[in-house]
Amino acid sequence: MTNQQSGFSKPLFSLVLLLAALLVTWLAMAWWPPSPWSEEEKRFIQSLWIGSLPSVPDDPSNAVDTAPLAAELGHALFFDMRLSANNQVNCAFCHRPDRRFTDGMEKARALGQSRRNTPSIVGLAYSPWLYWDGRRDSLWSQALSPLEDPQEHGSNRMAISRLVTSDMEYAELYEIIFRELPDFTDLSRFPEHAAPEVNEEWAAAWESMEEEDRLLVNTTFANVGKAIAAYEKLMLPSPSRFDEYAEAIVNNEKPGDILNQNEIKGLRLFMGKGRCMECHNGPLFTNNEFHNTGVLSYPGDLPDRGRIDGVREVRRNEFNCIGPYSDAQPGQCLELTHAREGVELIAALKTPSLRNLEGTAPYMHKGQIDTLEETLDHYNRAPLAMIGHNEAEEPLGLLSFELKQLEAFLLTLSAPVAVDQKWLEPPR
Amino acid sequence: MSKKVFSTGLIFIIAFMPAGLMAQALPKGMLESEKRLYKLSIESELNPIAINRIHSWILRLQDSSGTSVHDAQISFDGGMPEHNHGLATAPSIVHQEDGSYLLQGLRFHMMGYWELVLTINHNDVSDTVLLTLDL
Repeated sequence: MTNQQSGFSKPLFSLVLLLAALLVTWLAMAWWPPSPWSEEEKRFIQSLWIGSLPSVPDDPSNAVDTAPLAAELGHALFFDMRLSANNQVNCAFCHRPDRRFTDGMEKARALGQSRRNTPSIVGLAYSPWLYWDGRRDSLWSQALSPLEDPQEHGSNRMAISRLVTSDMEYAELYEIIFRELPDFTDLSRFPEHAAPEVNEEWAAAWESMEEEDRLLVNTTFANVGKAIAAYEKLMLPSPSRFDEYAEAIVNNEKPGDILNQNEIKGLRLFMGKGRCMECHNGPLFTNNEFHNTGVLSYPGDLPDRGRIDGVREVRRNEFNCIGPYSDAQPGQCLELTHAREGVELIAALKTPSLRNLEGTAPYMHKGQIDTLEETLDHYNRAPLAMIGHNEAEEPLGLLSFELKQLEAFLLTLSAPVAVDQKWLEPPR
Repeated sequence: MSKKVFSTGLIFIIAFMPAGLMAQALPKGMLESEKRLYKLSIESELNPIAINRIHSWILRLQDSSGTSVHDAQISFDGGMPEHNHGLATAPSIVHQEDGSYLLQGLRFHMMGYWELVLTINHNDVSDTVLLTLDL
């Protein structure tokens, strides 16, 4: 009996010992203070620091993108609900300034439901491509699309051009900025509503117009976009808690308790085992490129073809950098003229910035994922892509406490938009 | 035994060598092609090369005797073998009046190890220059 008991208890005892050892190791890994940064890691931290952000690039296709008056006009247009079919939708309807210019919806909802999730506009002036699939190549050409989208503003270029040139305050600003004020009062030349490819009635009205008049409307419409772009260009991130920490590291100062141990360990995972920095790199935590990461399709939707369609659309778009309404000189549209195609772009979508994840859920291109925890779990599992090939195909092998640490780090990237409050409210 | 220790140590050092210690700037001087038919120099608009910025390179080509070659066809490709993907852009190469070649539209979108291949064709003779970068 005693022998039997000892024969039974010995392996049990070993098992308990093993489990205890594992528990101690796990606790040690989770609670052990982080080790000092290597020179390599310091270089990575510096690369992510907001202080490494270069000045906002010029947009050669928009001659007024840094003009203060254009930003002023754009500010008013951004909040003007008359730029919609029902006078109830403005740009801020989805790009809500109080939510870092996102809307908290899975897919944007204005007059109807849009195709995808509303991205923030903070820091977008650095991106060569706009939209999740990059189907526009400038802030101004992007700003025009929702205005005519039946699910968004549902308006048309003719009505908007007339509004901007007939409203006295707009007309005054417009003439100073763009040096001439077109006259759209002749209804026999300029119908009340007209636009190509929106609906049959407006398309027929558009077709009935003289070529020269269509050109004038398109130019005015493009200028509306250019003014909105000048306003959007002001929306830049301000330093977050991570940036304060990074600044201390870069300057070889003691960071004190700016970040706690979990957040610091999360930063290390972000740059290393988590492999996040492969795409979420640079001070904006995005390479503004297109990647297939195997995100599941939105329920009821076919898998999103992403960039493979976006690159074709941007080439066709009349408001692109090499189009007739662009201010760029030949040879200045390097991104568009060197955009690549290929199977790698199937279901590839633009890497979003990770600044301001707090309060901007749901995540992914159709808001498929509700929380950061689930997002990290997605990358940790690395599921097969529905179409194309998941570039992040290797499971990361992060343990549960490591996922928590990574999440804690990501939440250190939140900070207000770096503009005066007046720009975040409708102009008086 | 000492050989074993040395090899193990060497493997250990290589395995843990920080990637950032490797070159980020382009190599100075002339690069020799695989078959040693050509020599190529590269000058980057961005030096050191930074990620996420579209930029240009100027290429200058010589044959093995050191004579400048102005009318070759040069193509460019590359990618990250560890990530199984190519370049983010489709760069182009055009001849310039001074006999050099302008490589435009190059943007690296990830830090890490890149392999780049320049294929040179001149008078039906082809050769390649392999260039590696660790950004």
